[in-house]
Amino acid sequence: MGNLTHDEIQALAEHCEKAELQAYEITKITDDYPQMTYEDAFDIQWEARRRKEARGTKIVGMKMGLTSWAKMAQMGVEQPCYGYLADYFSVPDGGDIRMDELIHPKIEAEIAFVTKAPLKGPGVHIGDVLRATDFIVPAVEVIDSRYKDFKFDLKSVIADNSSSTRFITGGCMASLDEVDLKTLGVVMEINGEVVATGAGAAVLGHPAASVAMLANMLGERGEEIPAGTFIMTGGITAAISVKRGDAISVRYQGLGTVSARFV
Amino acid sequence: MMNNELIQQCGDELYAAQRNRTTVQPLTSRYSELSIEEAYQISLRLLERRLADGERVIGKKVGLTSKAVQTMLGVDQPDFGYLTDRMAYNQGEEMPIGEQLIQPKAEGEIAFILKKDLMGPGITNADVLAATECVMPCFEVVDSRIENWQIRIQDTVADNASCGLFVLGDRAVSPRQVDLTTCGMVVEKNGVLLSTGAGAAALGSPVNCVTWLANTLGRFGIGLKAGEVILSGSLVPLEPVKPGDFMSVSIGGIGSASVRFI
Repeated sequence: MGNLTHDEIQALAEHCEKAELQAYEITKITDDYPQMTYEDAFDIQWEARRRKEARGTKIVGMKMGLTSWAKMAQMGVEQPCYGYLADYFSVPDGGDIRMDELIHPKIEAEIAFVTKAPLKGPGVHIGDVLRATDFIVPAVEVIDSRYKDFKFDLKSVIADNSSSTRFITGGCMASLDEVDLKTLGVVMEINGEVVATGAGAAVLGHPAASVAMLANMLGERGEEIPAGTFIMTGGITAAISVKRGDAISVRYQGLGTVSARFV
Repeated sequence: MMNNELIQQCGDELYAAQRNRTTVQPLTSRYSELSIEEAYQISLRLLERRLADGERVIGKKVGLTSKAVQTMLGVDQPDFGYLTDRMAYNQGEEMPIGEQLIQPKAEGEIAFILKKDLMGPGITNADVLAATECVMPCFEVVDSRIENWQIRIQDTVADNASCGLFVLGDRAVSPRQVDLTTCGMVVEKNGVLLSTGAGAAALGSPVNCVTWLANTLGRFGIGLKAGEVILSGSLVPLEPVKPGDFMSVSIGGIGSASVRFI
């Protein structure tokens, strides 16, 4: 059930998207619209997505956020959130990420799935996901909440496309029968120094569980994950702040390295 | 400067604390000038007492290998302790922490089993890999004889690097088969995911830790021996445990270890 009017949804979508495109901070929108519901928040996200597509921007994938039990407990929520990935979010492996296009970016090491069959919730489970997976590939997500000081609640962050901004993929792709996603290790380095380590289980116990949850959340809106979708499953490591001049490199067990520079 | 008598006295005090499951005041709160070198001499006295009881050295451990712990203690180096036969438990066995330890904490590690002696200084990572028969998943249960874990590096060094008990897991894998820097670790307590990490969490690589150990012990004229177990340092934060707890650790490409505490 939504509490906001059609006009309010449109105005808030424009408000959030403008902050993203022009890289400036806003205050969390639930401050001004305390009556906002989760459905309203997703309506705002989908309206911003529609605005981008209307301008010719292509949607190239989906992402999950707040996928660690610790983060969910910290936010007082029982579900993660999702967002979409636009074509201009994609950065080549080893490429440059421009700081002047971002506000206060942080990086997370993730595992991305590419599907070969559609997944439509409700009722999607981890087995469905494994069957529908073409391959997995390492990814680094750059998140950049438009909210001042990264301070938000879950509804506000959903409206802000779950803080999505850039992503880098690289390294080696792998079939699911070649890797143990639960114990797959990652090592994040900034300027040659190890800043975080983790393993796949940090994502909802198993990264495939994150894809199942995405399918089920989209199912609530009558949407599905089409075959061929690129999905980033959520941070294995904590989100680490970066600054101009940083060279980042993330090593994935058996899957190579993803790197980029912030310029 | 501590004289021999004082070093012996401190070693005896820690030995008694371990045997009686009591804690003592931090040595550094009583002997403010205590050096790390002297702390190692105290640890040797403690070991001497244990060997006199019939315990046998079966390996060594490296501690303080994470940046977070080093920062907390204000040091830029790891430390080491001795493993004896009475500290070793096998996969699936119950570990009697209730009757043996004081304030135990569990940490997931990679254990190295050596097939050749290593005598520092001058040992490189290549030497360590060439001397390693296999690596195994491991839980180390650390414990401190110092009240409330109020340790500075000298306190933990003197106290055998806060060693307690350890359990080796279900598989032994050649170091040729696994990337020890990126292998992931997943630790669960009572069925709930507790933490994850990867090899690089210990000094950038567990191999670095064993190399450091060989070179550091070499300065004391002590070598690592073929057949010894070397615990290379925790890859995840320490977790307090109590009797009744069940913990398991899985390491990507290596295997699992689990332990039930009684």
